[in-house]
Amino acid sequence: MTRAASVRFVNVSKLYGGVRAVNNVSFEVAAGTLVTLLGPSGCGKTTTLRLVAGLERASSGQIFIGDEDVTALGAAERDVSMVFQSYALFPHLNVLDNVMYGPLASGAKRAEAQDMARDKLGLLGLAGFESRLPSELSGGQQQRVAVARAIVLEPRVLLFDEPLSNLDARLRRKVRDEIRELQQRLGLTVLYVTHDQQEALAVSDKVIVMDNAVIAQEGAPQELYERPCSRFLADFIGESNLIDGEFRTQDGRAEFHASGVSIPLGVTHVPPGAKTVALRPDRIRLRKATSAPLSIARRVYLGHSWEYTLAAPWGELLVVAPIRDEALPPGQAVELDIDPGAAIPLER
Amino acid sequence: MRRRSADTGLIDMAAATAAVACFAFAPWAYVGDARSGLAWVLDGRWPIAIPILACLATAWLARGGFATARARCAFSGLGAAALLLYGFFPFDGRPSLALGFGAAVTGSALVWQAARALAAAGAFKADRWVATTTVSIFAAVVLFVLFPVVQALLAAFFDRNGSFDLTLVLQRFTARDIWATDCLYSDRACGVVVNTFVLGALAGLISTMLGLAFALLAQRGGLKNTKIFDALSVLPIITPPFVIAMALVVLFGRTGVVTTFLDNYFYIPRSRWIYGLPGVLIAQVLSQTPLSYMILRGALQGIAPSLEEAAQTLRATRWRTFATVTWPLLRPAVAASVLLGFVESLADFGNPVVLGGSFEVLSTKVYFAVAGAQYDPGRAAILALILLAMTLSAFWTQSMWLGRNSFVTVTGKGDNGVPPPLPKGVRRAALGVVVPWVVLTVALYGVIAIGGFVTDIGRGAMTPTVKHFMTGFSVEMTANGLFFSGSAWDSFFVTVAVAAVAAPITTLIGILTAYVLSRHNFIGRGAFEFVTMLAFAIPGTVIGVAYIAAFNTPPVELAGTGLILVICFVFRNMPVGVRAGLAALSQIDKSLDEASTTLGATTGVTVRRVTLPLLKHAIVATMVFSFVHAMTAVSAIVFLVTARYNMATAYIVNRVDAGEYPLAIAYSSLLILFMLLVMLAIQLIVGERKLGRRGVPASPVGLGAH
Ligand SMILES: Nc1ncnc2c1ncn2[C@@H]1O[C@H](COP(=O)(O)OP(=O)(O)O)[C@@H](O)[C@H]1O
Ligand SMILES: [Mg+2]
Repeated sequence: MTRAASVRFVNVSKLYGGVRAVNNVSFEVAAGTLVTLLGPSGCGKTTTLRLVAGLERASSGQIFIGDEDVTALGAAERDVSMVFQSYALFPHLNVLDNVMYGPLASGAKRAEAQDMARDKLGLLGLAGFESRLPSELSGGQQQRVAVARAIVLEPRVLLFDEPLSNLDARLRRKVRDEIRELQQRLGLTVLYVTHDQQEALAVSDKVIVMDNAVIAQEGAPQELYERPCSRFLADFIGESNLIDGEFRTQDGRAEFHASGVSIPLGVTHVPPGAKTVALRPDRIRLRKATSAPLSIARRVYLGHSWEYTLAAPWGELLVVAPIRDEALPPGQAVELDIDPGAAIPLER
Repeated sequence: MRRRSADTGLIDMAAATAAVACFAFAPWAYVGDARSGLAWVLDGRWPIAIPILACLATAWLARGGFATARARCAFSGLGAAALLLYGFFPFDGRPSLALGFGAAVTGSALVWQAARALAAAGAFKADRWVATTTVSIFAAVVLFVLFPVVQALLAAFFDRNGSFDLTLVLQRFTARDIWATDCLYSDRACGVVVNTFVLGALAGLISTMLGLAFALLAQRGGLKNTKIFDALSVLPIITPPFVIAMALVVLFGRTGVVTTFLDNYFYIPRSRWIYGLPGVLIAQVLSQTPLSYMILRGALQGIAPSLEEAAQTLRATRWRTFATVTWPLLRPAVAASVLLGFVESLADFGNPVVLGGSFEVLSTKVYFAVAGAQYDPGRAAILALILLAMTLSAFWTQSMWLGRNSFVTVTGKGDNGVPPPLPKGVRRAALGVVVPWVVLTVALYGVIAIGGFVTDIGRGAMTPTVKHFMTGFSVEMTANGLFFSGSAWDSFFVTVAVAAVAAPITTLIGILTAYVLSRHNFIGRGAFEFVTMLAFAIPGTVIGVAYIAAFNTPPVELAGTGLILVICFVFRNMPVGVRAGLAALSQIDKSLDEASTTLGATTGVTVRRVTLPLLKHAIVATMVFSFVHAMTAVSAIVFLVTARYNMATAYIVNRVDAGEYPLAIAYSSLLILFMLLVMLAIQLIVGERKLGRRGVPASPVGLGAH
């Protein structure tokens, strides 16, 4: 589809009374890519999405879709469709009429609208469900009707607000992959809101992490996971042990000292001023030691791995080890091996 | 472990003991004779002993436990049957006795024993508490709703001598003044059914239109302050139905304020247009609009804003969104509101009696067939039957229609959207009807507020005076203390007393019924629900006619007592308690009950400790509603009041009848003020403390209860 357009925010803010729901945000969604807005609940994701849809007006700043400045346009005038968190299917209309709603509202003839609707229903595997009411569909089917209704007008931008939140866990992965597959097949520009970091990492070309109404960091999924730029991000995307202490560098090899323990980090670039290290639990390996400041406090069997909680002078340290490794008993003193390049130095 | 105390037969024994004690010492009959049941038996009325013996036998068997359950059912059932049968058809050839205190205790004892025996036999899932509650309520409703209504309606099929006469029935049923349609094409009057139907349909449609306009403005109009709508919507609930009619006469009657103004300055001749269909219609629409408003506002709030937002993102304009999404989703509530308006109009008695003039409707015609010069119970019965049939068909239509047309909105987690503002045209139209209506309402309540303090507002005599209040409510200091010498005091005290006694009983029965209905499933549950809700659908006039017909003679002779007023209110308002209770209970998780039950509590304890505290809101709402309704109702009680037990509303209607508008208005304003104070006091005492869970909306909607 060639209609896909980019979305660009330039210094956009949105105030509700005194509350800043979105604070001076700038970003770009390239045409034909899937970008997720990720962040904890209440950080302003939905508001950002609604600003793109035109359901909210920006208090300041500019919004572009393609080259067009749409800041002043209402929802009905923007070429943008949205899949609502609750799906917002019209309960009094059957599946076909729901999907035909958009074309009819934009002035298409009935027959034409019907063809467009059937086409998209077929695409989403909903042929045969045309005359059902939304209440007669399963959660997954309702979701697909909502997607069909949103793409039937071939919008320049498609928006999803937490599309998986009303599905059960089993269905989530499937629908997630379907959305990604559809986006790539049709070359859609998609802005996708979620609070689930795994979901964001799995579907996105780019992830924009929001915190407290501002953008905390943006980048490709791998970049975000491997090089988070703050404590918040290191903890929010994947799990991290955050330890305060001091970096010492000798011959390009770094060590981290915290509460009298020194952890060798291998060859790592340490920016000046870094005071904290983030260690991913699965990038730490445990070695038996006779006596050390670290020992195993608890061990949990997770099927595919062991999860150890270590007692450390600064508190606790979480380590995840592959199940094929030898199980270490609680009380065992251990030393740490950090995978090369796996330690993440942070300034705060 | 689940613990359920064993039935040791103690309660059956206690019931029997009470029955025997009352049999031996308390007066058995209701009127005239203070002899106890024992004395009557010694006098030769041996059948009176049967229920007592049955009661004792049941109690004796109850010690035996399960094995004798069926025998207990049989004995207690037969005992109760014998009690009633001897009351209706004294088979020893003596005149029948009005059942009194002793008989009432014996009857209750037998009903309880029967309920416990049924539970012991496995009915009601062997839950004795549920069995006792259900059977008692069922028996009471049968006695005080089903029996009188059926008996009164049967009168339609018999002539004055009590023999069945089919030609007479047909003659009554096809009378010209019932069905004539002349007014549609000539200037002669229509039959009363046509009048009633036209009035009801118009009242339903117009009040719904107005209610819709109010609701749309309040929810989507972008108005700053909609509190005034809510304030206005409380007024009709505490306004006796005919008060609006009075105020309309004061404004628009032949000598009314507005009429005089128009005559003097615009040379519009005076006329009596307000008497008849237009006046009654305006009055009914005035009292019905707020209820429509509440229904439709609720429905609007129930439409997820994301639906309308979705339409917008699909390129629909505001107007298209309104027409294709908002309106279709609102339609079921609109239909419900129209039907409710129709039913309320059918049941209304106060407005047509004041404003009807020669325009007759069924409720007034029933009244005059009983209370008027041409006393004709058979005719009253046939009219009541037609009225009941119309009301029931309206309810039936509603449930059929709603069954097919309500939509199940599918939502999981919601989006917190913002509903779009109204299309400009719709908003302007809504404002266009709402503003004049608010002005009219304010003017009418202004009349009520001022009317009591001037000589005669109805004739434009506006000299300030307190003489009307003096006539009605003067209090004198005498040697023996305060003496309430005003003519209205008696009716005021009776009204407050009756309302205060009826309200808690209504609430208790209503909430208990709701609890049983929502939490327990048993054979006969459907019938139980139907019977308890029946009083909802029966217009007050029909109940009134039924009560004087059924309770004027033994065995249940209550006419002319204060008790009959209390009973009438209890069973008329009970369905409101049931509805409020059901609504509240549907929000309280069943698992709470179950948690308590698994902790070893019996059902009774669960209700007391767990459910009742959570139901506080619904209980208060029902209490307020039934108190207020007992003070404002007219239709049923005009049949039941007497010189000794007069009620405020009946007193006021009589003043209006006699043309004493100022006194009527003074009394009405005092009543309204009194109810406002009561509501405020309750609000203060109970407070708006939130329950642990979502607050229960406290807006019970009365159906046909005027
Ligand atoms: N209509 C509104 N009025 C006032 N505050 C709002 C409104 N919508 C959202 N907010 C506030 O804006 C902030 C961001 O909300 P939202 O964008 O819904 O968060 P998210 O989708 O990330 O959970 C929250 O603090 C929320 O309370
Ligand atoms: Mg959100």
